Amino acid sequence: MAKSKSANAATKARDAATERKIVEMADGVAKRALGGREPMVAIPTRARSNTTWNKKKGILQMGDAAQERQLFNLNQAKSFMQTMLHGSSVKDLIAADKTLSLRGMFYKGLHTVAGTKEKTFADQDESDGILEDLEVSLGALREELHIFAKKAGTVVGNITLVDSGDEIDCRRMGSGGYAIPSIVEPDVIQFKKCEAKFVLHVEKNTVWSRFNEDRFWEKHNCILTEGGGQPPRGVRRLLRRLNEELGLPIYCLLDCDPWGHYIYSVIKQGSISLAFESERLAIPEAKFLGIRSKDYKACGLSDDVQIALNDNDIKRAKEIAAYPWFEAHKGWQKEIEGLLSSGFKMEVESLITKDISYVTEEYVPQRLKAKDWLD
Amino acid sequence: MQGTEAAVMDSSKSQNAPRTPRKRGATAEEMAGRQRDISVSEFFAKNRHLLGFDNPRKALLTTVKEAVDNSLDACEEAGILPEISVIIEDLQPDRPATAKSSRYRVTVVDNGPGIVRKQVENIFGRLLYGSKFHRLKMSRGQQGIGISAAGMYGLITTGKPMVIHTKPGAKQAAHHIELAMNTKTNRAEVTLDEETGDFPPLRFRTLTPGTRALSGEAGGFLDVQAYRSGTCVSIELEGRYQRGRGSVDEFLELTAIANPHGRFVFVPPSRVSADDEGDTPILAQAEAGAAAAAAVTTETQGVTVFPRGVQELPPETKEIQPHPKGIELGTLLQMLKDYEAAEKGTLFNFLQERFCRVSPSTAGALCEKIGLTSRRKVADVEPPMAEKLFEAFQNAKLAPPPTDCLAPIGVRQLLAGMLKGVRAEFYAASTRDAEVYRGRPFQIEAAIAFGGELPADETARVIRFANRVPLLFQQSACSSFKAVVETGWKNYNLQQPRGSLPVGPLVIMIHVASVWVPFTSESKEAIADYDEIRKEMRLALMECGRKLGTYLRKRQRMRREGERRDVFERYIGEISKAVNAITGTDARKLYDALLEQARKRTAQADQVLDEDGKVVKDEPMDEDGVIVVQSAIAPAPESDRISAPPVPERQPKRGKPADKPAAPAKTRGKRGGDGPSLF
Repeated sequence: MAKSKSANAATKARDAATERKIVEMADGVAKRALGGREPMVAIPTRARSNTTWNKKKGILQMGDAAQERQLFNLNQAKSFMQTMLHGSSVKDLIAADKTLSLRGMFYKGLHTVAGTKEKTFADQDESDGILEDLEVSLGALREELHIFAKKAGTVVGNITLVDSGDEIDCRRMGSGGYAIPSIVEPDVIQFKKCEAKFVLHVEKNTVWSRFNEDRFWEKHNCILTEGGGQPPRGVRRLLRRLNEELGLPIYCLLDCDPWGHYIYSVIKQGSISLAFESERLAIPEAKFLGIRSKDYKACGLSDDVQIALNDNDIKRAKEIAAYPWFEAHKGWQKEIEGLLSSGFKMEVESLITKDISYVTEEYVPQRLKAKDWLD
Repeated sequence: MQGTEAAVMDSSKSQNAPRTPRKRGATAEEMAGRQRDISVSEFFAKNRHLLGFDNPRKALLTTVKEAVDNSLDACEEAGILPEISVIIEDLQPDRPATAKSSRYRVTVVDNGPGIVRKQVENIFGRLLYGSKFHRLKMSRGQQGIGISAAGMYGLITTGKPMVIHTKPGAKQAAHHIELAMNTKTNRAEVTLDEETGDFPPLRFRTLTPGTRALSGEAGGFLDVQAYRSGTCVSIELEGRYQRGRGSVDEFLELTAIANPHGRFVFVPPSRVSADDEGDTPILAQAEAGAAAAAAVTTETQGVTVFPRGVQELPPETKEIQPHPKGIELGTLLQMLKDYEAAEKGTLFNFLQERFCRVSPSTAGALCEKIGLTSRRKVADVEPPMAEKLFEAFQNAKLAPPPTDCLAPIGVRQLLAGMLKGVRAEFYAASTRDAEVYRGRPFQIEAAIAFGGELPADETARVIRFANRVPLLFQQSACSSFKAVVETGWKNYNLQQPRGSLPVGPLVIMIHVASVWVPFTSESKEAIADYDEIRKEMRLALMECGRKLGTYLRKRQRMRREGERRDVFERYIGEISKAVNAITGTDARKLYDALLEQARKRTAQADQVLDEDGKVVKDEPMDEDGVIVVQSAIAPAPESDRISAPPVPERQPKRGKPADKPAAPAKTRGKRGGDGPSLF
């Protein structure tokens, strides 16, 4: 563990700032309580109504609306208590200079409310929600709260990283690849040597394995990532840093269905629930390589690969078409229209019906060469 | 009228005669030979179902009912607080278990004014003899059929005469008379007539272990001291004793509710008839000895005592003259005839004396209307003129009949009656103003009891009364039943399937008081469906319903507030600890500060918001005609909470149960001790 001195100092300063924010919040509660006023915590609203589309920056941003979480409100009393509990847990973590997973935080805050049979948290989802509230409320990121999510995402390619002082050569990662940690901030991960010219991000691990086995990243001099469906923050942050710091274009290979479109949308503009992080997660330059609705004909796929759209898909597709950044985009309107009019969706794996390595040897290289993508 | 009946009966007989090859040829003379008077008694002996003696079970009930009605009427008229004992003896205790009926002796003892010796035969031995038929006065009996019909039924089924003990005054000796009715002559035949000092008959005091136990107490059971005068009637009859709906037990329970000024003792027979379904009385009875202090029904070794709920007699009712709009043409003609025979007065005087609400000027105007001067004699009024007069009555502007002839039970008494008979948590009652149907004044009262021990998932029970007499049969034919169904109980937070009674822990009581209650039949089981009456019933029910709705909303709010406070108090401890861990602020101080806020806020917040978050005004519960029995309120369903509050650090223990929601402070503090309170 040879963290650089400056990184260490930065971490300390950051921790001190986070701790100060927590104490401020608790102090406010204590003062109001002792002063006979109702204790409350302001929590910026994480809802669509409080999310705005910044056209200039090309990202989703959180507005100023905040909700007051009150103790003396039937619906909020419990979450108020939970916010305080997690606040106290985070302070403990900072003091001990340790990090906990989301699940770990759930267990740290978990106990039976004194005098009842009720548990402080019903399940981890409840706990995760409170932590997100705490993030926005304190204006501190998850890693600043010493909390990480489970790893979900893999990287391989022509790049060398330093993770907590250890050098990671992403060219020598075997068949499994390097698991992207939840926290990929510069004080944890530094980019050392990178020859890659672009990043290919695929939706899921199975497709990623196909590319890795075919040594795609070697042949095309790139970095290959996957995010296990909707990519977690660590993956998104890493992509963003690769794009921002190393200037690498990001190409996404996702399924041809509303879910795939949504993943792309999140990578590109940010999500509603994490709109407060868009500034450091969103990649407005990200490009959608495929699968496209036209591919059914263009690639001469068989009927067998069609998966009928259900009502929910249709509803979702229409919603996505109405997103402001898609609404004004003729290409996307056409794409979604194509999906809806065809009445079926396709997975990336459907290309395997052509040939096992069709996707790595023909599909992606051809698209890249033809610059045939949506952005 | 009787002649007509006879003719109808005879002609039907001749039609049923066996066919003969000879041509039918009864001559008018032959027929005349068979045509004869039939006595009322004979008619009713054959048609006993008309009087409520359809089957052995109902016969037993009707006998009790007629005797009790008479006793109550007599006591009230004499200004005596009624003390009535009903004793049913099983005279065939060794009958086989399969016997459907048995021979019973029904005895009803009252402390009324007694009966003078020479009237005994008339009262008990003649049908259609009575004091109540000819006058418009609110009373239980109307036609003078009841008790003599019961005696007649007994005589027919057992051959035994009625036994009457009556003591007309404190210093007068009691008479012991046995009489049997001759149904042919509608007259009584006395078989025994003696004076006796044994009143009330001592025999009854040692009848069962229960009566022996009760007789030990002063005023407990047939205490000689308590009977300055009184009457005791015994009738032997073939009957069937069963509990449950339509039973003597139910009748007495309901009578006690509608007559809270009376005390009733019931000694049931030693065994019940075969195939007794064993359904217990529907209204709750207290366990023996429990709550003996409060005026609730108690049972001692089989003997049930319905104690007196209020100490005042109902106000005395006045007799009124008929209202011109309430009579029919035939009645008018008869009245004219009667008046002519009795007074030979003028039409003007007739109108004024024999009707109510006819002022001198109205009488003059009416005379003028039919073209007669006010000085014309009644004798000069020809039938066509009478018809004109009748029409003039209909068009005349007349004040409605006086209503001081009615004695409603009264809100307070209704509540007292319900309270002792029904174990519920909420009671409401209302008395409407008097109204008029067919020129006859009537008054409707309603009461409801809700919650407590009443079954929650059954349809509501409707108990009906007419002039304080419970009506036990033909519920769905009764105007009151229709009124209950028509009332929108959903508005008062109750369930009500379309077109039927509401569902819930509810007892609905309706009382009709009138100088002449319109029954659908002589057995007096259902009230005829007059729009005016039904409308008043509905309005009375709505008044009660509104009170119940208010209460239920309030209760709901109180529960919600309790939950709310619980929720807050539950988390305050955790919050104090967490804040303490972050800032170092004293956890106990924080806890106390937050707890204080929680208590204040729940009281406030609750008044401001209802469940939809809308601002609602707090409705006052301190209404008239409402009783809430706090101890009967079922506790809110226990969630996962247990009683101790979250206690951080050195927090002193708090006695939580006492601080539970719905604390007395919130509920007017009007309850005296644990017993129910009346206001």
